Amino acid sequence: MKLAIIDYGAGNLRSVVKAFEFIGQECVITSSKTEIDSCEGIVLPGVGAFREAVNRLKEASLWDVLKNEAEKGKALFGICLGMQLLFDESSEFGITEGLKLIKGTVDNINTGGLPLKIPHIGWNTLCFNKKSPLYDGIENGTYVYFVHSFSAKTDAENVTAFTDYGVCTVASAEKKNILGTQFHPEKSGDKGLKILKNFCNMVEHDNFTCD
Amino acid sequence: MLAKRIIPCLDIDGGRVVKGTNFIQLRDVGDPTAIAKEYNAQGADEIVFLDITASSEERGTLLDVIERTASEVFLPVTVGGGIRTTDDIKDILRVGADKISINSAAVKDRTLISRAADMFGSQCVVVAIDVKRVPAKTDCNGVYPTDLGTDINDFHVVIHGGRTDTGINAVEWAKTVEKLGAGEILLTSMDTDGVKKGYDLEITKIIADSVSIPVIASGGCGCLEDFYDVFTQTDASAALVASLFHFGELSVPQVKQYLKEREIPVR
Repeated sequence: MKLAIIDYGAGNLRSVVKAFEFIGQECVITSSKTEIDSCEGIVLPGVGAFREAVNRLKEASLWDVLKNEAEKGKALFGICLGMQLLFDESSEFGITEGLKLIKGTVDNINTGGLPLKIPHIGWNTLCFNKKSPLYDGIENGTYVYFVHSFSAKTDAENVTAFTDYGVCTVASAEKKNILGTQFHPEKSGDKGLKILKNFCNMVEHDNFTCD
Repeated sequence: MLAKRIIPCLDIDGGRVVKGTNFIQLRDVGDPTAIAKEYNAQGADEIVFLDITASSEERGTLLDVIERTASEVFLPVTVGGGIRTTDDIKDILRVGADKISINSAAVKDRTLISRAADMFGSQCVVVAIDVKRVPAKTDCNGVYPTDLGTDINDFHVVIHGGRTDTGINAVEWAKTVEKLGAGEILLTSMDTDGVKKGYDLEITKIIADSVSIPVIASGGCGCLEDFYDVFTQTDASAALVASLFHFGELSVPQVKQYLKEREIPVR
């Protein structure tokens, strides 16, 4: 089984690749349609701004490739901004359309008037909402590493875990073969590596039970 | 709930940890990657590498250190020291660092902050601010502003390891770097640094209350109570520690246990 790590100039690409390599998962950094086609799963990393990422993916002719592959049923795992891109649209620097693979929007973290530090940076706990093989062997309350200023808003049925930052924030979303984490599993120590391993197992065994 | 972070800082010169550590289980006490791995195992929340290499020829060694570390340690890694251009930043991020920290260069050319934030995102731009207490100017009646409750002018930004007073008001500078796109502030008090009598709670509190981005407190930690004080008396998001951990006076698990028992959220 091979994973395609989508190369569109995202800053944290190498960290993601190194984490997969560390757990013994074969992966390839690519922006080639043919190569993506030959992989069993796709990972969409990302840090930075939503619109910039959309533009870069479109310039590299990757936008439709991602949409088509995902709609055909191939596993697509978005990390941080990569997860946000899975939704309908984002309001960061004006409305920008997303991949529309999971219903929902991306907006400023709603602090609800609380004096919260933004960006939300650091280790916060997972609060499970819906069972997913992504969290096999991971306990409710496990700390994972977040860095973000925007967050997803979607129906609870698409959310596998929330995190509590004074306000309830989506930590991970999943709809059949489409999934994403707002946090960085590749920076979340051993637990994060376990989550990446779980994703590999899901791809390997075509185990996408979260609908 | 968001955990308060405990961050060990390693000074690196020519690719080696300068003061070394006394981790007896490490075969090479000067190897940054080995030390970072040990801190990872202990439960540190991030690692900061501060490059104090004087010569630019040895920058390549630093990049090699970052790359090796990023292949084995899956924690956020911040790299600071000697960063002057967006190309420097690109090189460091490309080999696997998650954040960069800029200090003097940001003071000399503040557009470096906004350019870095635009190119790489605010999440990876840490601005290090070194501050020093200066005597407050008296007014014409000889009254110190501090007596009137307006003590914000008492802290200046210093550069070159504290040797040069820029005359810039530290609080104003903190607000400015936030506006320019910094994602975090690493605040070091030159008055408390190395003294081991605790963090500078006054300036840490003032700055953490003045900006909405996270502030990492640095300089002066000497005992367990100092962590408790900085997290209860200021809104600091993280505490940076250097030699105290390296020489085993305290360990990361010890600090976390102590804070946990006192209901400070830690991982």
